[in-house]
Amino acid sequence: MDFKSSDTLTSGMLSGPREQDVLPATAAAAVKIVIVGGFGVGKTTMVGSVSEIRPLTTEETMTEAGIGVDDDYGSETKTATTVAMDFGRISISEELVLYLFGTPGQERFWFLWNGLFEGALGAVVLIDTRRLEVSFDVIGRLEERGVPFIIAVNDFPDAPRHPVEALRTALDLEKEVPIVHCDARRRTSSRDALLTLMRYLHSLAMARA
Amino acid sequence: MTHPQDPSLDSYDSLDPLDAFTAPDSLDDVHDPRFQAEVPVKRARRGPENPERLYILTGEDSERAPLDLVTLIVAKGEPSPTAQPEHSAVLRLCRTPLSVAELSAYLVLPVSVVTVVLTELLAADLVQARAPLVRSALPDRSLLEAVMHGLQKL
Ligand SMILES: Nc1nc2c(ncn2[C@@H]2O[C@H](COP(=O)(O)OP(=O)(O)OP(=O)(O)O)[C@@H](O)[C@H]2O)c(=O)[nH]1
Ligand SMILES: [Mg+2]
Repeated sequence: MDFKSSDTLTSGMLSGPREQDVLPATAAAAVKIVIVGGFGVGKTTMVGSVSEIRPLTTEETMTEAGIGVDDDYGSETKTATTVAMDFGRISISEELVLYLFGTPGQERFWFLWNGLFEGALGAVVLIDTRRLEVSFDVIGRLEERGVPFIIAVNDFPDAPRHPVEALRTALDLEKEVPIVHCDARRRTSSRDALLTLMRYLHSLAMARA
Repeated sequence: MTHPQDPSLDSYDSLDPLDAFTAPDSLDDVHDPRFQAEVPVKRARRGPENPERLYILTGEDSERAPLDLVTLIVAKGEPSPTAQPEHSAVLRLCRTPLSVAELSAYLVLPVSVVTVVLTELLAADLVQARAPLVRSALPDRSLLEAVMHGLQKL
């Protein structure tokens, strides 16, 4: 094979799930929800607060061709960028597992993970009212991809408080799209944001049936 | 007025998970010094780029989905002593079901590399892949309800 084995493999230091993190043999299928938002809005915090396992990190490497570099020998400069994504897990039943991915805000990274958005049940968009505009692009990308989402306003202490309808107008959202408050550090608050997403997805499914 | 830190935010336990969603009427407490009626920035809505792509994953006769981040992998047996280190490592980790994403995390290898290893193991019939349930044009309501009930137990 044409890749360098990770040091973890060759050193025999391979770690696996802790005993309490092992899924039952009956686990038959998984679903996923993505948690998106601009830089520093609390994605990692939310994944960590609701996950039953210690949050893990998966990575992907991307090779970018150097821009405007074209020497006499026709070779290109390429830079490899490693993009990391945190994720957590919630066992729904003996058969069903839910995974939560805290996905980097920059859309140019999303293609790295095939089907991450296309296959997700839906998305929670975290916003910070001090920097609302950092989430605009992410919301637009979800709309383009037809991914249903809710808005969770993360509860930063010095962030301005706006009326929900003023936020809805500013974010240009349909009246059905739920907007909730959340403290990503609190398990119950993060869980409630996920439940709001699920109720919304359910109402969409009812409307379509 | 419900303050964001109001403990009633955590009172969903008493609710039926299927209760229709009702938007909170008050994220805004006019007595809060941080209250601002106006939002200074404005976004413009976008539409679906290509509505057909929503249906691609759901077609009965669509190609078999490639390995997903949350495909669950289960080993069919123990690694042979001569197996490549990557193969043995995957087989050891997957004695119980493990997602591709978790494999990537524990092996500290990029997902694309893990996918290559898994493709080889699948071809050799050494592992089983349990495909994820993905969003579809006509979502499965019982699946959504199962997820809601699971979350309520948290
Ligand atoms: N007060 C408050 N602080 C929060 C909340 N959520 C996150 N934080 C803090 O905000 C900081 C950024 O949170 P992260 O979870 O790292 O944000 P992120 O979106 O993963 O950030 P990047 O991955 O760097 O884009 C951390 O210091 C958190 O402790 C919240 O709900 N309330
Ligand atoms: Mg993060």
